[in-house]
Amino acid sequence: MIALLLRDLRLATRAGGGFGLGVAFFLILCALVPFGIGPDRAALAPVAPGILWVGALLSCLLSLDRIFALDHEDGSLDLLATSPMPLEGTVAVKALAHWITTGLPLILAAPVFGILLQLPVHAMPMLVLSLLIGTPALSMLGAFGAAVTVGLRRGGLLLSLLVLPLYIPTLIFGAEITRRGAAGMDVATPLVFLAGVTLAVLALIPFAAAAALRVNLR
Amino acid sequence: MSLLAVHDLSVARGGLRAVEGVGFALNAGQALILRGPNGIGKTTLLRTIAGLQAPVCGTIKMPDDAVAYAAHSDGLKSSLTARENLTFWARVFGGGGIDTALAAMDLAALADRPAGALSAGQKRRLGLARLIVSGRPLWVLDEPTVSLDAASVARFADVVGGHLGQGGAALMATHIDLGLPDAQVLDLTPFRARGGPTARPHGFNEAFA
Repeated sequence: MIALLLRDLRLATRAGGGFGLGVAFFLILCALVPFGIGPDRAALAPVAPGILWVGALLSCLLSLDRIFALDHEDGSLDLLATSPMPLEGTVAVKALAHWITTGLPLILAAPVFGILLQLPVHAMPMLVLSLLIGTPALSMLGAFGAAVTVGLRRGGLLLSLLVLPLYIPTLIFGAEITRRGAAGMDVATPLVFLAGVTLAVLALIPFAAAAALRVNLR
Repeated sequence: MSLLAVHDLSVARGGLRAVEGVGFALNAGQALILRGPNGIGKTTLLRTIAGLQAPVCGTIKMPDDAVAYAAHSDGLKSSLTARENLTFWARVFGGGGIDTALAAMDLAALADRPAGALSAGQKRRLGLARLIVSGRPLWVLDEPTVSLDAASVARFADVVGGHLGQGGAALMATHIDLGLPDAQVLDLTPFRARGGPTARPHGFNEAFA
């Protein structure tokens, strides 16, 4: 499993791997919003938590179809399925690799982009915390969508349609934590719910995604 | 030691039954070559034995974790070097002997070249070297000699011969005579499925058929 994780990370950081694309997309999105609704602090600060979270969601979506599609094209997925590693483990490791290459850079870059959107500085810890808890669920749900659409040509759009609705709970609680952090309110309730969503996703989705892969491999 | 026993096996592709009633057995040191016209179901049969799809009916008996499968695509990442590709598969399958495998398929000089910069035949050789590092006893090979030149085919035949000599077994679909001394040949033509499409489950269950 560690070998698979290391290979995926190495592939992502080599030429054509797409490492950093998600963060660049996030940056552009956050830079575009003030152009759209004006740089005024009073207008930007209230929508900043929502924009940051939607931006994180969309950046995450960009690289989802690579999770299994590339391995399917070159036959690696067939070989991984015949390997001693359980397919559920393969799914979990590939979701983890996706999180490290996409989610983690987003978390690290988010405070900087928060400044672009006039998010109050005292809300930054809550923004980072909410992303830290929420983004693993995004990667895992994305792995499920990628598993369902793996054999399809042009599956990327279908993948987005499948996965985005599943992101709604994470988005609601994640943005709520950030909003409450900005308003100086107690964040315990949405924090618990977000953690619950993430834990449930991490526990159940590998089995669903592995089942989808088994159907698609036949 | 029996490595593979197939009894009354029927396989289907896309809801159409391909071959039915196939039975054979492979013991350690034996090789079986499948022949038959295009589309008869050689690939489907091999994928079923490799465990990638379920048989329609019949039984496949083999030890756990015995199969190393090699099909038309080699599972190589073009941005990794030949050695990195091979090391990855060796670690996934818990095998080893990367240098031996590279030498056996005459790839030692190309070990540090990215797989994307290899020719089709060299990629194929690298894909076959993966069989050696997997350490699995039963090789299930689908057209293993595609894009190999005559010298590489002979080299590959030597590797398969060595594998059989060490107590392995090989099941392959190929149209080329590898020159393996005691390989049996099974022509699938008599097993071609008769009749129309198989009855597929209806409704929701169809997705899981």
